[in-house]
Amino acid sequence: MIPASFDYVEAASAEAAIAALTEHGDEAKLMAGGHSLIPLMRFRLATPAVVVDISRLSGLSYVRDGGDHLAIGALTRHCDVETSDMVRSQAGLLAHVAGQVGDPQVRHRGTIGGSLAHGDPASDLPAALLALGGSVVARGPGGERVIPAAELFTGFLETALAPDELLTEVRVPKVPDARWSFQKFNRRAQDWAIVGVAACGNGAGTGVALINMGQTPMVAAAVQSALASGASAADAAARAAEGTEPPDDLNGDAEYRTHLAQVLVGRALAEMA
Amino acid sequence: MQVDMTVNGQDRSADVEARTLLVYYLRDAVGLTGTNVGCDTSSCGACTVLLNGESVKSCTILAAQVRGADVTTIEGLADGTALHPMQQAFMECHGLQCGYCTPGMVLAATSLLADNPRPTEAEVREGLEGNLCRCTGYHNIVKAVLHTAEHDAAFWQARASKSGVTA
Ligand SMILES: Cc1cc2nc3c(=O)[nH]c(=O)nc-3n(C[C@H](O)[C@H](O)[C@H](O)COP(=O)(O)OP(=O)(O)OC[C@H]3O[C@@H](n4cnc5c(N)ncnc54)[C@H](O)[C@@H]3O)c2cc1C
Ligand code: FES
Ligand code: FES
Repeated sequence: MIPASFDYVEAASAEAAIAALTEHGDEAKLMAGGHSLIPLMRFRLATPAVVVDISRLSGLSYVRDGGDHLAIGALTRHCDVETSDMVRSQAGLLAHVAGQVGDPQVRHRGTIGGSLAHGDPASDLPAALLALGGSVVARGPGGERVIPAAELFTGFLETALAPDELLTEVRVPKVPDARWSFQKFNRRAQDWAIVGVAACGNGAGTGVALINMGQTPMVAAAVQSALASGASAADAAARAAEGTEPPDDLNGDAEYRTHLAQVLVGRALAEMA
Repeated sequence: MQVDMTVNGQDRSADVEARTLLVYYLRDAVGLTGTNVGCDTSSCGACTVLLNGESVKSCTILAAQVRGADVTTIEGLADGTALHPMQQAFMECHGLQCGYCTPGMVLAATSLLADNPRPTEAEVREGLEGNLCRCTGYHNIVKAVLHTAEHDAAFWQARASKSGVTA
């Protein structure tokens, strides 16, 4: 399967990428690691007329100390997040989750910014960012703005990023002593989560987020509020599927996913206790 | 568009469409057919090559994205007629049957040991999770990787320190 033809533009800088997006509008698509976009293009589920390649913007691949948070460049690959000493010590959940994405080959190409901008409810890193209470920096023709993770995911594969905005940085609160847990339930090595749970103590309490339980990566709001009002872990976990719309597919129906969400939140909270 | 890269130490250049995937650049434009296409959907790892020393699925990268890079395919591993330690280990441990997955397996395993020269069995199994084999049941593949990690330890240690990674 070969992608449909497109014009290829390699952006030499973040500004050049934004200019190309502004010039080509809806016709253009950014390509970072390409590990979500290329499969979609091969199935012709995506047929951009212009591909703006940002994969070699090495200036956007970094992990920096931002004071109360870590600043991670959008083009930082999963393998680099996984092995970064700073991410490991300050936001252990994120390093661990990056190491659970796909397989080593995928982690050698896929980027944190691409994973978040893609907004797939089945992917792992959005849930980690939600549980940590992080945010992203979006840069467009008019300048920069910060979007909290809780406001980033707006619909199936849709985010709050405007078509002419580039996600440049991911910000994660430093939580060196936080307890965290990641539960990824799948039946074969390398598979995506049938359901997954990311949970982490953060400044605001305990963040709990769900993978593959609806149209978007989502916070387990009922679990978080139950925990905040002093409920037991078991009572909080029982509310894991409240407000979700789990999909029915070959890997499991909605009822099965509802059950899994409760069990996995229960396991996560037990592991953190 | 003109796409230049180094393949197995040799400079290559070809005029290809922008949509050309790296695996087809290697097979059709360069004529190196050792890199196999299995699933063609990013899952099986048969198309694995080394990009600047790291394993990647060449069916999920545009050739244009790696202009100027250093690519190693299975044809580039052996030194003349002397097999590379990983190839030798696959042969000695019967790490292949039909051989279809083998080029990708060997390169994925090479990247794995460059990161972690003395992996445990569990680390080898996890490290090869991106590569599917329909024949061997993986058992002898894992054995081959552990075998060369032990028997050619100096070789792998030297590679690991070169890439700045320590065990
Ligand atoms: C075999 C396989 C298995 C996988 N398994 C998993 C898994 O288990 N868990 C998981 O979470 N993921 C998995 N993935 C997906 C992988 O994590 C992707 O790398 C990731 O989802 C997308 O990152 P990318 O850099 O490749 O983005 P791309 O594919 O390049 O881009 C994805 C989308 O984001 C946009 N985009 C990219 N970068 C930016 C940016 N900086 N600013 C604005 N928009 C941007 C693009 O325009 C595109 O729409 C798997 C992929 C494969 C091929
Ligand atoms: S052919 Fe590339 S992963 Fe299967
Ligand atoms: S040896 Fe036949 S697919 Fe692996």
